[in-house]
Amino acid sequence: MTAAANRPAAAERSAGPLSPHLQIYRPQLTSVLSFAHRLSGVALGLYSVLLVAWLIAAAAGSAPFSSMQTVMRSPAGQLLLLAGIFCFFLHLCGGIRHLFWDAGYGFDLTAIYASGWVVVVASVTLTAIAWFAGSVM
Amino acid sequence: MATKPMRSPVGVAAGLGSAREGVAPWWAERVFAVALIPLTLWLAASLIRHSGSDHASVIAWVRSPWVTLLLVLLLISLFSHLALGLRVIVEDYLHSGAKFAALLIVRFTCFALCAAGILATLRIALVA
Repeated sequence: MTAAANRPAAAERSAGPLSPHLQIYRPQLTSVLSFAHRLSGVALGLYSVLLVAWLIAAAAGSAPFSSMQTVMRSPAGQLLLLAGIFCFFLHLCGGIRHLFWDAGYGFDLTAIYASGWVVVVASVTLTAIAWFAGSVM
Repeated sequence: MATKPMRSPVGVAAGLGSAREGVAPWWAERVFAVALIPLTLWLAASLIRHSGSDHASVIAWVRSPWVTLLLVLLLISLFSHLALGLRVIVEDYLHSGAKFAALLIVRFTCFALCAAGILATLRIALVA
């Protein structure tokens, strides 16, 4: 049987269940965290460019290194850093939640919402602790 | 990794999951994720500790053997996990001819960044 023969006709297909239509889809903690996990992952990919740039600047000498430090200590640099720290903890906590799911745990609705709120609270708390520790050092 | 079947015999018999070796990259993404938990927490703590440090002390830090090793391991795990994660995102949302180009760009960029990061680390560690 060919792939085309397996596929239902257009009219038949439209009667089937549809995936959530994003413009009218009411956001829930589950869907928001799912999207946030991907988004923070992509953002952390961009921050990893910054990490490599930092290592290259350190390898290049004290002048490039200190100019990079100056940029990162500017208000815009600090805001970028704060957002990066939050993305890191959100993706870390969300990732641990995903690993538990992958192992087969925490699938019932109460557990899913409980772990979701744990991720939100833990990410905010850890970001605050890291930021405070960094400013004290 | 791809040579050994990674699915349970029951799953194979029932015809569940990927028809080919789709499990391998899925599994690898999670293995690197587990490695990244201690590695990134270590890096975050180190960066916090060095947030006020000058160039000389950062260089001295990178040069210590354990730090050099952990930085290289972190860069390999980070960019492997990133390449696999971005690949899934591209495969989920891009269905045009741009998909193939995007997949190539993701792989090449991640590999190049990983190599650049390791090279910079080793330059600090090994070149006087």
